[in-house]
Parts: sequence; C-alpha cells; structure tokens
Amino acid sequence: MIPLRDIAYARSGDKGSSANVAVFGRTPAAYRWLREHLTAAVVENHFKPLGVGAVTRYDVPNLEALNFVLPGILAGGGSRSLRIDAQGKTLGMALLELPVEAPAALCEKRAAGPNRPA
Amino acid sequence: MTAPLKIANAAGFWGDQPGAAARLVAQQPDLDFLTLDYLAEVSLSIMAIMRAKDPAAGYAQDFVAVVRSLAKFWQDGGRTKIVTNAGGLDPLACATAVRAELAAAGLAHRKVAVVWGDDVLAALKAGGKDFRNLETGAGLEDITSRLVTANAYLGAEGISAALRAGADIVITGRVADPSLTVGPCIAHFGWAATDHDRLAGATVAGHLIECGTQASGGFSTDWLDVPDNHSLGFPIVEVSADGSCVVTKPAGTGGSVTLQTVKEQLLYEIGDPGNYLSPDVTVSFLTLKVEAVAENRVRISGATGRAPPPTYKVSATYRDGYKAHGMLTVFGHDAVKKARHAGEGLLRRLQDNGCVYREHLIECLGTGASVRGIASRVSDTHLIETVLRVSVAADTKEPVDRFTKEIAPLVTCGPQGVTGYASGRPKVMPIFGYWPCLIDRALVQPAVKLLN
Repeated sequence: MIPLRDIAYARSGDKGSSANVAVFGRTPAAYRWLREHLTAAVVENHFKPLGVGAVTRYDVPNLEALNFVLPGILAGGGSRSLRIDAQGKTLGMALLELPVEAPAALCEKRAAGPNRPA
Repeated sequence: MTAPLKIANAAGFWGDQPGAAARLVAQQPDLDFLTLDYLAEVSLSIMAIMRAKDPAAGYAQDFVAVVRSLAKFWQDGGRTKIVTNAGGLDPLACATAVRAELAAAGLAHRKVAVVWGDDVLAALKAGGKDFRNLETGAGLEDITSRLVTANAYLGAEGISAALRAGADIVITGRVADPSLTVGPCIAHFGWAATDHDRLAGATVAGHLIECGTQASGGFSTDWLDVPDNHSLGFPIVEVSADGSCVVTKPAGTGGSVTLQTVKEQLLYEIGDPGNYLSPDVTVSFLTLKVEAVAENRVRISGATGRAPPPTYKVSATYRDGYKAHGMLTVFGHDAVKKARHAGEGLLRRLQDNGCVYREHLIECLGTGASVRGIASRVSDTHLIETVLRVSVAADTKEPVDRFTKEIAPLVTCGPQGVTGYASGRPKVMPIFGYWPCLIDRALVQPAVKLLN
C-alpha cells in the first residue's frame, strides 16, 4: 500500500456546509488508475467519520482529474461549525493520506524532481 | 487583432496582504486592471454587525487604504483601473471615502462609479415561501424575522456599463467573483451577452485569479517545492478577444504558475465541472485546454458557454445564536488524556453553574483533530503536547460569555503543564446561519452611477 499523495495531488474548498476535493493524477497513467479505483464509494467511506452524505464524482479527463462533491461534510460550515476546520481547508490533504494499492511504477515520475510535470 | 487585456488580482479575501496592490503596479506598471475580492459567503453579515455599531462600517475599509497606497503610482502617470466588491453593504459610502482619499492626493479627476441593486432583503422578507434553502430545501418562513442580509450575486453588466461610462474605479456590492474580471473584458472587447464562449473564457480567467496567490503557488499540494514561497507574485490573466487567456505573474516574484498550480485552482470550490453557474454564463470546464507555453505562463483555451440561468443566486444570512472557542496548550506525559479530561471538566463546571449549550466540542490539536477519525498516524499516548480547543454554542449570549471567563482558570485548577493563555479571554462571536437561495431576475434591479 502507498499513500494516495504518491500518485496524485489535490485541492479542497467549501460551498456552504458542503465541500469539494479535486484529485489529479501526477501522470497520465496515474490518472487512468485513479479513474478505475478512486470511486465515489471509496472517498465516501474515507470521509465517513466526518458525517459526509452521498458523494458524487465528476470525471474531468481534459485536466486528468476527478472532482468529488462531499455534501454536509462541514457540520454547518463557515460561521456555524465549531470545528477547527470549518471550511474544508484540510480535506485535500486528508484524502491524500488514503492508503491505496496502486502499482509502485506509478510513483516513478514523482521521484524525478521538485517541479514534477503534471 | 486587439492586444490582450491584462487583469491582476490584488486581494483574494477580506484580510489578504495589504501591500499587494501597490507591489503589483510597481512590478507590472502596464496592468490594465486590478481586481480585489473582499466578500466570502458570510462577510456581509460581519459588515452588518459592524455597521450596527458604526454607520460608516458597511464596507471593506481596507480598500480605502489600498487606494491611498496607489496614489503615488497614479500621480506618476500610472493608468491601471480597479474593479472591486469592497462596497459590501454600502458601495456609495465606500465610494465617498475613496473619493475623499483621491481628492486629498490631487487625484479628484479619477472617476469613481458604484454598482448596486444586489440587496434583496426586502424581497425575501416579503415573499418568504419562494426562497427555499438550496442546500436543505427548507422554507424561509422559520427564519425570516432573524434575517440580517440577503444579496443577489449580480453579473458583469453593471461593471462593464460603469467602465464604458469612463470609470477608473468601480466599486460594487455583491457580484459573482469572476464577474470582476468579466466586466472589464466586456467593456474592452465589446462582447454581446450572447457571446457565450467568450464570456465563458473570461469567467474561467476570473475564477482562476479570484483567490489571489492560490493560482501562483499558494495552497499547493507541493507547496514546499514552490520557489521563493515567502513572496508569491499575485496572479495576472492576459485575456484575448476570443476569451482565451494566459495565466502568469510579475517577473522576478516568488511562486510558480505551472500546469499543476493552475489545474488545482481551476477546480477549487467547483461542483459539476460541466455546469459552472455564473450570472453571466453557464460554463463547461470539460472542454478546456490547458498548456504550459513558457516558464510561469499557462494558456487556457476552449471554454464553452451557454445562456445563464433565469435566476440570480442569493446569499442570505440570519442570526443563529452565539459561539466561542478557547485554546490552551497542555504539555507533559498523558498530555492528550489530561487535555480531554480538563475540557470535559470545564464543561461540567459550567453546566453545574446553570449554563446550557446547544452544541459543544472538545478537540485535541496535534492528534489529527482537523479531520477527526480519518488520518491520525500515531496513537494519542505518544504525544507529549497538544492544544486543547473547547468550543460552545448557545441560543443566547450569557452562557457563551461565561465560558470565555472559565477557561483560563484551568491553568491553576487543571493538570500541571497548562500554558498558552497569554492572548487573553476568547471572544464571543455571533453565529450567522447561511441561507443560499434563488431569486427571479425580474425582482432585482442592478444600478450604476458614475459619481463625477
């Protein structure tokens, strides 16, 4: 198992009490693997402890990305939530911690250097 | 073929770097426009509270200081124009303060325009049933009496009209964030409201820069790899007549504009990428082509658009009680266990004194509390230090106020090793419920006025 961050990068943001996390393959091959394995169900299960509703996944092939919409994950969001992260700033990082059974070959590009080609 | 229009963002939120605007025009004096975005979802409710205490505080006063910081540039012949939603609840008051600042600097000839008409509070109060909550489906009638603000996200139309009338500075209330960029494009290129693909391209450009440095290396997954990330250049879009753009940043600044930073920001706060709704156009991101054309230059083309929805989105807020958060650092063996026990004891002591809370939360920072239960790497018993964060919410102010006075005593009545109390008592904050809904365009009258 490797952490998702070895083959992907991500960004999260809020919309009311919901959030989205966009996940991008670090290489075309990594994106193809993500499209096959990083399903809405996998992401929903990962975020279950935060009380997320039914997750929707959108495929964005032209950006080699998947966009996940996470309804109700922010416990009220913005002004209302009591949580330290009321606006979902940490959700991208949290998803990248997910252990995945991806082939080690998909990580090779990442080791190449600091400014990796996306 | 017309030269591209150069539009930069100099503020991504109310509280962004105060020196960004002056720095941008010093680094890149040929910018056509600066845009500054001050309004997040609940910012207007904060302004409403501030205005209740001070009638002049219904707008982002930070912007007046930005104008002051640009005076020298304009006195020396700089011509960069500004479009901002700093007007908040009171664009006219903001414009009056800006004009006074300009006059004091000998710049009274620079023309200021205001765009308003976004305030739809009266319409919501009158027609509660029609304004269902987009998230929950609930009807407005339960909270109508507690409404604080209700503002429609206007489009670019008022901004472009103001610019065509000769404005140098356009101050708006609530408009859709990308419209701050779309307005100048419409005025400059003369696009029609039916030029959907071009409007879509400009909307994508505006979306990319609306959060400031998030497009140029900030908030990046690989932030540690971003060069000179102590001084990120604010982003610039060079929009062409066909609506395509190049995203870049001033030469010699820190940060980077790469496929990765641009792609991350393209999908920031996005729902369905095939249906991005703005008041100017409905955009599909699925046809975008993103290419790195040179160092720190990424070209985005291929946006496709359709007619916008017949409604405006409204962001309304209502009073919903009070809350406070208190933090203390706990150090020593069993730090997490002690912190949690101390937090529970604090709440118990408050309850014994008759305080009732509708919600409370104890978090031990350092244990993965930001996403409790998802990604902790070590067991709590391994930590020698944690930050105890206790939060309460109540319908009335009194029990929350009492909480703010009872947390510091944990230094003497809690475990040994409690510190980090020097910043004083926590603040009681009003809670604003967020009420997103739709309003028929016929009920909204956008208005524009050039003040000189």
